[in-house]
Amino acid sequence: MMGTILSIRGVERRFDTTLALQATDLDVDENAFITILGPSGCGKSTLLRIVAGLDRQTAGEVLLDGRRIEGPGADRGMVFQSYTLFPWLTVLDNVCFGLRERGLPREQQLDIAHGFLNKVGLKGFANHFPKQLSGGMQQRTALARALANNPRMLLMDEPFGALDHQTRELMQELLLGIWEAERKTVLFVTHDIDEAVFMGSRVVVMSARPGRIKLDREVPLAHPRHYSVKTTPAFSALKSELTEAVRTEVLAAQALSQS
Amino acid sequence: MKPLQPVSASARLVLGISFFVVFVAVWAAATLGGFVSKTFLADPITMVRSGYTLLAEMGFAKDIGWTVWRVLGGFLIAAAIALPLGVAMGAYKPVEAFFEPFVSFARYLPASAFIPLLILWAGIGESQKLAVIFIGSFFQLVLMIAVVVGNTRRDLVEAAYTLGVSDRGLIRRVLIPGAAPEIAEILRMVLGWAWTYVIVAELIGASSGIGHMITDSQALLATDQIIFGIIVIGLIGLASDLFFKWVNRRLFPWAQLGR
Repeated sequence: MMGTILSIRGVERRFDTTLALQATDLDVDENAFITILGPSGCGKSTLLRIVAGLDRQTAGEVLLDGRRIEGPGADRGMVFQSYTLFPWLTVLDNVCFGLRERGLPREQQLDIAHGFLNKVGLKGFANHFPKQLSGGMQQRTALARALANNPRMLLMDEPFGALDHQTRELMQELLLGIWEAERKTVLFVTHDIDEAVFMGSRVVVMSARPGRIKLDREVPLAHPRHYSVKTTPAFSALKSELTEAVRTEVLAAQALSQS
Repeated sequence: MKPLQPVSASARLVLGISFFVVFVAVWAAATLGGFVSKTFLADPITMVRSGYTLLAEMGFAKDIGWTVWRVLGGFLIAAAIALPLGVAMGAYKPVEAFFEPFVSFARYLPASAFIPLLILWAGIGESQKLAVIFIGSFFQLVLMIAVVVGNTRRDLVEAAYTLGVSDRGLIRRVLIPGAAPEIAEILRMVLGWAWTYVIVAELIGASSGIGHMITDSQALLATDQIIFGIIVIGLIGLASDLFFKWVNRRLFPWAQLGR
């Protein structure tokens, strides 16, 4: 086992008087793919945004390679649920965005960007504008943009949430393939249980608001994974355990919102 | 006709031109048919004839040149100061809090009411004309630019931060390019307003310009010349508007997508 890259220690988030996230601890190993599952509004996105530095915890701290996170930075690439490509830049220039900010020579930027566009299967679309692409292609570009920056880890906030089912499954395989090749540490928030098991090397389930970690499981499936693992007994066993756990929390969340 | 149903480009052109035809036809019928006295309203044929005389024999082209120069001069000075100030207000909330209340107040001050004061301060020379246009357009520009820049999509800002952009880089590479097409639209609109101010400035205390010709013609009851002057203003306004639209489309092709 490799060392710890990220430690979340007693992180809590309060909005005025409501507690969105209860003191949460989580250690993330280098090269892990951690999926975070939970009912909507459980604070899983808040936790991810705190790690990204886009939101501030009201207590506790987050350490990346032992250093306290104080704000957003290029060492944590992020892919959002909404389409966040810059509409005035072509696909190629979107992927170059972070590289240009670092002052890399243009030739080198283009080299890296073309490499990642190939990896996400968008070779012929370098000069398209984002609005000319489908949702799935936009998210692939966003993934290439985040990876091109060579971050220490990748944060993904329901990145495939707005895509249709078929596109979503293809995107899962694409991302998993890239992860198996690069072994970049990933923190991946989702409410899709299949997705969480298929993609994750470890699955974390969060409770209804106020969120806290309720269940933490290693995924006993070997890599590389083919989509057919979704029909294996090991997959089904873990899936049913997680389904039970998430269901309890969804019911709790509903009870909470009705009281 | 169905609500919001689009119309083809050729039909749009034909419809647009036909109203001009209807307008001139009604005007010609009213004047040439003898329904309106010539003292109050000249007929189209006299108007065109005296317009030719104005241009060919009385040096009206020079007046047009003066007016165009004043509009562009005053407008460019206003835009040159309004752009950086508007961007600063949109980007930095304390700057906005400092200037916004005053600018909101100042934009309701009628530019034409300043003319007597400006004559007192700046005489009846060119600086007075430029000042009227400046007052009329500056505050509008600042406020609208600030709003557009301040409305930049927050998820794009967050994406840029996770790609390692600095605060200054955010303004230069996200806020300004994202707002640019709308800022260009604002410039186009306010330039149209500047045209109305220049004529008012020239009606009082000017020795050249379209507005000056109109006041002179009023003394002679030359309604044909007044109408010709007004139409010239309209045509220049329309031409500059079309030119601006064309430039905007060329500069910001991405903003045209998916409209």
